[in-house]
Amino acid sequence: MSEAISELSVSLWRGGGDGRYETYAVPRRENQTVLDVVTFVQRHIDPTLSYRFACRVGVCGSCAMTVNGKPRWTCRTHVSRVVGTDAGGAQLEIGPLENLPVIKDLATDMAAFFAKWQEAQGVFAPSKTRHDAIEQISPASPARRAADAAIECINCGVCYAGCDTVRWNSDYLGPAALTRAFTLVNDVRDAGNTARLQAIAATGGCHACHSHQSCQELCPQSLNPTAAIAALKRHTAAAYLKGEIKA
Amino acid sequence: MNVRLYVWQRTTAALMAPLVLIHIAVIFYATRQGLSAADILSRTHGSVAWATFYGIFVAAVAVHASIGVRNILSEWSPLKARAIDVFVILFGIALAILGFRAIAALVLA
Repeated sequence: MSEAISELSVSLWRGGGDGRYETYAVPRRENQTVLDVVTFVQRHIDPTLSYRFACRVGVCGSCAMTVNGKPRWTCRTHVSRVVGTDAGGAQLEIGPLENLPVIKDLATDMAAFFAKWQEAQGVFAPSKTRHDAIEQISPASPARRAADAAIECINCGVCYAGCDTVRWNSDYLGPAALTRAFTLVNDVRDAGNTARLQAIAATGGCHACHSHQSCQELCPQSLNPTAAIAALKRHTAAAYLKGEIKA
Repeated sequence: MNVRLYVWQRTTAALMAPLVLIHIAVIFYATRQGLSAADILSRTHGSVAWATFYGIFVAAVAVHASIGVRNILSEWSPLKARAIDVFVILFGIALAILGFRAIAALVLA
C-alpha cells in the first residue's frame, strides 16, 4: 500500500432507508479508488460496514454506489476523478444506489432491477436444437452491429439508479432491462421476439422513456441505452402497425 | 404510455408539424397585410379548404394534447389511472368542441 499523501473526509451512508451519513477520516493515497476508500473504512475503522463488491476490475458490476451525487462503479472510479487532484480538504460522499431499496449501509436490494430483466423478456429464446448447424452471423451485418453496441452491459444498475423516469414511475422497466431486450431483438437466432416486443410495448415499457439520456452519460461501459430504447420504440411501433403485437 | 398511444401521439405530431408552420405563416401574412377581422372572415367564409385544414388541425391537437396531459398526470399526480383516463378523454372532447366551434365561426358565419 502506498504512503498516505493527505487525509480524506468521507461521508458514508449508514443504516437502512431511514439511515444517515456518518463521516470518517481516511488516508488519501495515490491511485486510490472509491472502493479502496470504502474497504479501508470496513477493515480499519468499522467492520460492521456493509457493501457489495466482487471482482474489483470492472467486470462483475456489483460495486456501484452513489458517489458525490452520481451513480458510479466504485472499483474503476479513482478518488482523484471525483474530488480532483487538490490534496487539501477533499470530501467524498458515498451512498447506496438510488431508485432501489436500501438493505443496509451501501448495499441495495436489486431484486426489482433483475425482475424487470425477466419482465422485459431479457432471456434468450432458442430457435434451434443442438442437432441443427450453428448459425452463421456476419459481424458486419446491421443487426449484429446493433447488438454489439449494446451487449457489454455488466448489470451494475448505474443507469437504473440515474434514471429520472425510474424515479417517478416505479413500473418503468428501466434502461438496463430494455438494452438487454434490444440485443435480443437484434439476435437472428432468437425466437422470442413477438413476446418480447409485446412485453416492452406495454405501459412501463420503452415508450415511458423521456430520452433524458442520463443512462448514456452515466454508463460506465459507455453504452447508449437511450439509443437502444429509441430503436425499440421503432421496432414496437412497426410490429404494432403490422398487427404482430397488441396494445 | 403504451405503443398504441405512442403511435397516435407521434402520428398526430408529424401531422401537426407542417400545419403549425402554415398556421404561423398565415398569422404573419394576415398581420403584415393588416387584414381586419372582416377581411379574414370574407376569405374563410364558405371555404372547404380552410375548414378541412383547421378541421384536421383541431382533431390532431385534441388527440395529441390529451395523450401528453395523460402522461404528465400519470407521472406527476397522485390520481389513479382510471380517473386520469376519464379526465383526459373529457379534456380531449373539450378541446375538440372549442376548436370545431371556432372553425364553424370562421367558415359558416
